[in-house]
Amino acid sequence: MAETLVKLEDVSKSYWRDSIEIPVLHHINLEILTGEFVALMGPSGSGKTTLLNLIAGIDRPSQGRVIFEHEDLSTLSEGDLARWRSRHIGFVFQFYNLMPVLTAFENVELPLLLTKLSRAERHKQVETALAIVGLADRMKHYPNQLSGGQEQRVAIARAIVTDPDLILADEPTGDLDKQSAEEIMDLLAQLNKDFGKTITMVTHDPRAAEHARVIHRLDKGELETA
Amino acid sequence: MHLLFGYSYKNIIARKLTSLFSMLGVALVVFVFAAVLMLSHGLEQTLVDTGSDDNVIVIRRASQTEVQSILPRDIANIVKADPAIAHDTAGAPIFTNEILVLINQPKRNSNEPSNVPVRGVTPMSLKVRPTVNIVEGRMWHEGTSEIIAGAKVAKTFQGCGLGETVRFGMRDWTVVGIFEAEGSGFESELWGDVNQLMDAFGRPVFSSLTMQLKAPGDFEAMKARLEQDPRLTVEVHREKEYYAEQARITTTFINILGTVISIVFSLGAIVGAMITMYTTVAHRTREIGTLRALGFTRSTVLLTFLAESVLMSFTGGVIGIFLASFLRFFEVSTTNWDTFAELAFSFEVSPSIIIGSLIFAVVMGIAGGFLPAVQASRLRIVDALRAKG
Repeated sequence: MAETLVKLEDVSKSYWRDSIEIPVLHHINLEILTGEFVALMGPSGSGKTTLLNLIAGIDRPSQGRVIFEHEDLSTLSEGDLARWRSRHIGFVFQFYNLMPVLTAFENVELPLLLTKLSRAERHKQVETALAIVGLADRMKHYPNQLSGGQEQRVAIARAIVTDPDLILADEPTGDLDKQSAEEIMDLLAQLNKDFGKTITMVTHDPRAAEHARVIHRLDKGELETA
Repeated sequence: MHLLFGYSYKNIIARKLTSLFSMLGVALVVFVFAAVLMLSHGLEQTLVDTGSDDNVIVIRRASQTEVQSILPRDIANIVKADPAIAHDTAGAPIFTNEILVLINQPKRNSNEPSNVPVRGVTPMSLKVRPTVNIVEGRMWHEGTSEIIAGAKVAKTFQGCGLGETVRFGMRDWTVVGIFEAEGSGFESELWGDVNQLMDAFGRPVFSSLTMQLKAPGDFEAMKARLEQDPRLTVEVHREKEYYAEQARITTTFINILGTVISIVFSLGAIVGAMITMYTTVAHRTREIGTLRALGFTRSTVLLTFLAESVLMSFTGGVIGIFLASFLRFFEVSTTNWDTFAELAFSFEVSPSIIIGSLIFAVVMGIAGGFLPAVQASRLRIVDALRAKG
């Protein structure tokens, strides 16, 4: 029986625009087990990304608790939360979010700058991560010299280079053509299957969601499990 | 905490044009700042070098400068007998009694008249001041209307070149030699026989007495002895301190004026740096969000953007100092406000000027980069990640 990695207990989230409260998530209860590949699906505005941000510790719930490996994230300060993210979370964004002035190698190395690894150790890990995503020969390329699919692979390499407990992907295929999207999904599935990585992915693409082992649907801020 | 210097550096390179203009703004201010400091340092150096540590200058009490000082021959004779004065191999005291008068002479390039100091010296003057070297022609002959001219005067003023004639004190004086004095203030003077000059100007008194000490440590005792002697009404100064004090009024003026101008200019450069950095933050909002999501703290983001601003202004500072260093090849002249004589000098650079200018550049970078860096560090991650670009 796999252990619970993330647990959301009665989580609600509202935003305030001027003095009007805009509720986004209502009383969400969710568990993500270690080694799971979870897809969060739902139409635009259903609160998928907000839910992902809460799990990632880059946003805080208005109510309820997000518990990661028995640690309540709401008890962490801003700085502690940043350090926590660097140790436990790998991000994959829809628009890759690579630093345009850095090479593929340097982009992947970024999260390792927050560790105490030596330069040589960092380089070894970056090379391994880029080899896993199949871009060992593109290390010195800048993002604008890569295709969309290749950029997303670099972003995935960046997400796995620190060997985090949880990879969070926000519409990872949203900006890609069909073939590249398929390749990226195969890669994520491989990371989950072969390397045992826990992945939580937000998507509205049913084809992408097919790769996940668990699918949760969000609608108007409420969760239903498929 | 890793400061992402490589990232900052690469971003500066990526925004070539904006970075360059921002750097040039700082470079311009540092150029002006360094130039002013070099100017005042050059002036100070010229006057300080005019004096020697071993020498003592005696002037009339309360006269402040040689030009206003009068010392009769009997006073000169009493001072000359002081036991602290060094003697040459022939047994003569290394002592010279001189007069200093100002004449008005037109400049070579502008025809504008300006004050030239004429110093009546003795043959012993060259021994008292070993830095003075005749580089062309010869020393004047005693009892003649011959003079030698400092290299800067010879170059700047009409009639003061080798073989030329200059008229003052109702006589024509022929320049028979040109001397250098390691760039010091003496190079801005004309030197003639003290007795001839006293005759020509109808002055029966000396302006100053300069002598070499047997040992620099004898100064205090000598000063006490001479200033307390009831027969004398004199002030005794170390020659170096006397000339340094002359530099003070003018250098203080240049320094204050220069600092005020630099500060006003720097406000422009700071605003320039600030605009550049605000634009940078606006363009890189999503990058900032990404860095924060990856686990970089607010303070790392703040320091990274601040470092970027400081790196740009520091580079601007280096450019400014590099450009200012070429000013060393220019010579300028000003009125010495203590003697009202024209004094020629060069811009001089020193390690403290370089360090001071670089600190000034870094301060501009911090002032210009701080608010944008704070803004970058305070962005909410979720908002920053949603930004375009």
